Amino acid sequence: MSSNKLHVSREHLHFLLKQMIRIRRFEERCVTLYSEEKIRGFLHLYNGEEAISVGVMQALNSQDAVLATYREHGHALARGVPMNDIMAEMFGKQTGCSGGRGGSMHLFDISRRFFGGNAIVAGALPLAVGLALADKMQQRPVVTCCFFGEGAVAEGEFHESLNLAKLWQLPILFICENNRYAMGNALELEESNQNIYLKAANYGLASQVVDGMNVVDVEAASQLACTAIRNGAGPHFIECQTYRFRGHSMFDTQLYRSSSEIDEWKKMGPIIQLTHWLKSNHQIEAEELQAMEQAVDREIDAAVADAENAAVEPLEGLLTHVYAEAPHE
Amino acid sequence: MSEISFRDAFKAAMVEALTEDSRVFLMGEDVGHYGGCYAVSKGLLDDFGAQRIIDTPLSESGFVGAGIGAAIGGMRPIVEIMTVNFSLLALDQIINNAATLRHMSGGQVSVPLVIRMACGAGKQLAAQHSHSFEGLYAHVPGLKVLYPGTIGDARYMLKMALADPDPVIIFEHVMLYNQTGTLPETDNIAPMEKAVIRKTGTDLSIITWGGCLYKAMQAAEQLEEQGYNIEVVDLRCLRPLDRDTIIDSVRRTHKALIVDESWKSVGMSAEISATLAEQALWYLDAPVRRICGIEVPTPYADHLEKASLPQVPQIVEAAVQMLQSTIPTPEVK
Repeated sequence: MSSNKLHVSREHLHFLLKQMIRIRRFEERCVTLYSEEKIRGFLHLYNGEEAISVGVMQALNSQDAVLATYREHGHALARGVPMNDIMAEMFGKQTGCSGGRGGSMHLFDISRRFFGGNAIVAGALPLAVGLALADKMQQRPVVTCCFFGEGAVAEGEFHESLNLAKLWQLPILFICENNRYAMGNALELEESNQNIYLKAANYGLASQVVDGMNVVDVEAASQLACTAIRNGAGPHFIECQTYRFRGHSMFDTQLYRSSSEIDEWKKMGPIIQLTHWLKSNHQIEAEELQAMEQAVDREIDAAVADAENAAVEPLEGLLTHVYAEAPHE
Repeated sequence: MSEISFRDAFKAAMVEALTEDSRVFLMGEDVGHYGGCYAVSKGLLDDFGAQRIIDTPLSESGFVGAGIGAAIGGMRPIVEIMTVNFSLLALDQIINNAATLRHMSGGQVSVPLVIRMACGAGKQLAAQHSHSFEGLYAHVPGLKVLYPGTIGDARYMLKMALADPDPVIIFEHVMLYNQTGTLPETDNIAPMEKAVIRKTGTDLSIITWGGCLYKAMQAAEQLEEQGYNIEVVDLRCLRPLDRDTIIDSVRRTHKALIVDESWKSVGMSAEISATLAEQALWYLDAPVRRICGIEVPTPYADHLEKASLPQVPQIVEAAVQMLQSTIPTPEVK
């Protein structure tokens, strides 16, 4: 075994599996709720990519900052944002984690230093640079972790941000979730050089590529990167290779890829992989897995019931939160 | 009571902020070693060091976004954008992030950021360094837009902007930098969101701001010599807009002449006209007039550039026409 492998306990592996199952089943319930028109707007699902947010989040502590994209339900859940708050936000309720202003694409929970939910591709990268700059200036020993897809790599803000991060030697962990399609545009139609981690290396960042379907590999790489960042080694970049099992959003007929391709990737899915490993190594009993799934379902049922019953923001609140104080106009 | 230039007033404001608050830092293109494209930050690098006077690469979106992030992270950044046209490269960060984050997060995120940018025409810098986009930014809820047109505001508005919990954009007209004036006491400065009547009058209100204020004041003086009593309203803040002061002035003078360096269509002057139509129509004794920038990308040649901008004689001429107008007030039945 190479030295960057984690020595993980049975309990920890169970924890990782449960987190991934939480996300998967949450997303599946969102599909149902969307067809029931309880959830509206754009809905971008994370199925297939769960190992990345779950793995990376193990390396972060409560003081670290997290920024994510519009495909961020999994990140919010893995970060510890209560499922009830997330589901209520999906329903557009007052009790949602963004007070019903954000919806699926803009989940925020500042008490957990979860800074959204950004629906402009690459739009959060400059913010991550600034948060890390503020931490460096105030000598706070924390990491800013910024998630984005490989589609962001084609944006100018990606390049500007990586340059600034290295130039100023900022404590940032960049996580590229390379799911091979920017909406419907395949990687080979997006990038002249498809080795994304090399682009980061060109800017001088410590950069590597990992199997984004293997939660332990993702966690191991993230732990090493965060340790280095906390020790002043500057920004790190991890390209996690993964695949999105569902469409880009709920309005996607997936004309751009074959069902056989999707099926091939599903066989390598993060939950299947870890479950298979645990079973074949006698690290999980069938009853334990069943109990885990049942607990997740109960949590989701409760979140849905809570969201159904939650109040909506009164219309008098429409203009609140545009400014700290409503301007006199 | 000392005489200083706008440039020195803007600089003194930054020196004060950097001295009084360790969270304040200045970031932008050539603000440090070069001393600022318009020399506003000259010497600050020596006085405050490279940790607080940060030369950025030419990455407007990147460093404006970094300013937003740093503001969220507890700092009080002043981000300088070299010229208003370059700010268009950072529109994504300003509009999609700075202006939205508080609302989108249900009130959890504050962005106490100040963005300063040079703007306006008059230095023969042609069509990519001369425009007036304050109306574009003033269109966006979540932003506050200041445009100092006096020495006092140039000196003291920054402090108010930095104390504000929301993102504030400060426009600095390039033709003002070398102008000098008397620095008033701090106590005489109105809150940043209030319009100020720079000259009281009874016959006509000139409504303007920023780089056109001095032109309006000159026009008002010439009109005084012709026996007219002109009021000049300096808006100072374009979002939120102090509509009450505008309406109150017109209620007293019954005539409104708007002077706006920017293009006439779909801009600030149109917004003010609409406000008067909606809320002050029955106070008006004459149609609202607008003297605005001609609708052309700012030309290079001196005579063409001058012809594209509001000038004092035009303001005087328009005012006289309005003042001599015999259009009676429609009888309200």
